[in-house]
Amino acid sequence: MIKFENVSITFNTKKATVNAVRNVSFEVNKGDIFGIVGTSGAGKSTLLRTVNLLEKPCSGKVNVDGVDITVLDKQSLRKARQKIGMIFQHYNLIHTKAVYENVSLPMKISGKSTKEISKRVPDLLEIVGLSDKAHIYPGQLSGGQKQRVGIARALANESQLLLCDEPTSALDLETTKSILDLIHDINKKYGITVLLISHEMDVIKSICSRVAVMSEGEVVELNDVYSLFSNPQHEITKQLVRHSLNMKIPEGILGDIEGKLVRVLYRGTSALNPILSNAIRKYPVDMNILHGRIEYINNQPMGVLLVNINGENNDVVNLIHYLKENTATAEVIHD
Amino acid sequence: MIDQILNLMPELGKAFWETFQMVGISLSLALLLGVPIGLLLFITDKGLFWENKIFNTAGGVLVNTIRSIPFVILLVILLPVTQMIVKTTIGPLAASVSLSVAAIVFYARLAEASLREVDKGVIEAAAAMGASIPQIITQVLLVEALPGLIRGFTVTTISLIGYSAMAGIVGGGGVGDLAIRFGYYRYQMDVMVVTVAVLIVLVQIVQSIGDYTAQRADKA
Repeated sequence: MIKFENVSITFNTKKATVNAVRNVSFEVNKGDIFGIVGTSGAGKSTLLRTVNLLEKPCSGKVNVDGVDITVLDKQSLRKARQKIGMIFQHYNLIHTKAVYENVSLPMKISGKSTKEISKRVPDLLEIVGLSDKAHIYPGQLSGGQKQRVGIARALANESQLLLCDEPTSALDLETTKSILDLIHDINKKYGITVLLISHEMDVIKSICSRVAVMSEGEVVELNDVYSLFSNPQHEITKQLVRHSLNMKIPEGILGDIEGKLVRVLYRGTSALNPILSNAIRKYPVDMNILHGRIEYINNQPMGVLLVNINGENNDVVNLIHYLKENTATAEVIHD
Repeated sequence: MIDQILNLMPELGKAFWETFQMVGISLSLALLLGVPIGLLLFITDKGLFWENKIFNTAGGVLVNTIRSIPFVILLVILLPVTQMIVKTTIGPLAASVSLSVAAIVFYARLAEASLREVDKGVIEAAAAMGASIPQIITQVLLVEALPGLIRGFTVTTISLIGYSAMAGIVGGGGVGDLAIRFGYYRYQMDVMVVTVAVLIVLVQIVQSIGDYTAQRADKA
């Protein structure tokens, strides 16, 4: 659906030249929910904006549904944009117009008749669950409701592609979940491809199937979400995953721990095997679980445990070796 | 006192009509030309769709120049132009020429300011929908700026009522001129009080209508 080929973007400011996006190439498959994650300033937003050419790449191509969007003339670009929905962190609704007019704007722009509009808008409001709010103004809506209007507006022209620019970053946890569920439902029901950017790994984890990690304008890692979470490669990815799992042990307790602290990660069905009990039966060591968590990503389980191991040095080394062989990863994080 | 005020009624009526003419003509032109000029100043600015540094700077300087000339001076400077357009330099119609020039640039700046207040994100959203520049202007920019445009229009109207008092210099007449001629030059204190009171009421009414309309347009 989307194919980035060697996309680079450079901004020239008075002070310096900023390479916002550097030589990015990857593909987003039709029907996917694809996430781009990275810290702020990583270039994700800039990259997202090349898909509808709100940002023009300095070099490279962006193919959307087989058409290189960077070489289109004005007229064709406008036609192409009408088929690409976009939602924003701050919703960007027209304050002086009611929900109905906001949702119908893209259809008015693409030249649809009043009849078509009056037929389609109620359906759109139904999809996002705002049927009773047609004549309310955005100022009277909550953040989550505003984003729902944004989503309805983005779908108005039967777009096949939905660009989401930090869609939940201004929302609380509960509302975030409901908005993500809505995006997920729309993806499943209508087969709309979704390209979503976020600085929160949790958002990516809950709805994306594949994800690209960006840092300083480059894509440093790209994988399906489960593999990325259970086996992060790049330092930035590891950082983001660690932050998302939030398995920190307070400094004070860390100081009191004797022996080694090992982080054990299980993937998929191995989470069901009694590896730990086998291990202590095999080696005469003491083992204490300090923290544990099981995540379900795309309905696959992934377990993380922090275990404290105490015993004869040799036994401990052997046990860790055994864990390494039988689990996804086992790493000593504190000696 | 009541006698004198009653005597004044025909004069006051005439003055009202003159003020109405002057303010009406210049306001219409301010609306007709001020909004497009303000719009041009806005969209030729940096980062916007018709970015054009030369035009933007030149336009800005021209607007600033006209705005910095005191109105009395502008009235005199523009006499030849007035002569050319209305074939006379005396009367409310003649005064309307320089009033209009002042009103257009005054409102252009206020219109530009309220357009600048429009959230850039909303403009971006419209561009992302595939809107053309005229569509962005008519369906998003002007719509979102409407409350500000109305407030600016109110300020312009009130300023013009004030400016029109100076129109007496070219025989333009009007309520303000009446206050100066009868009240100030002839020491008729009561006349001055009545005319000033009328002006106060007039300005209050304009402000109230303006506030109400702006509030109606502003749904935020």
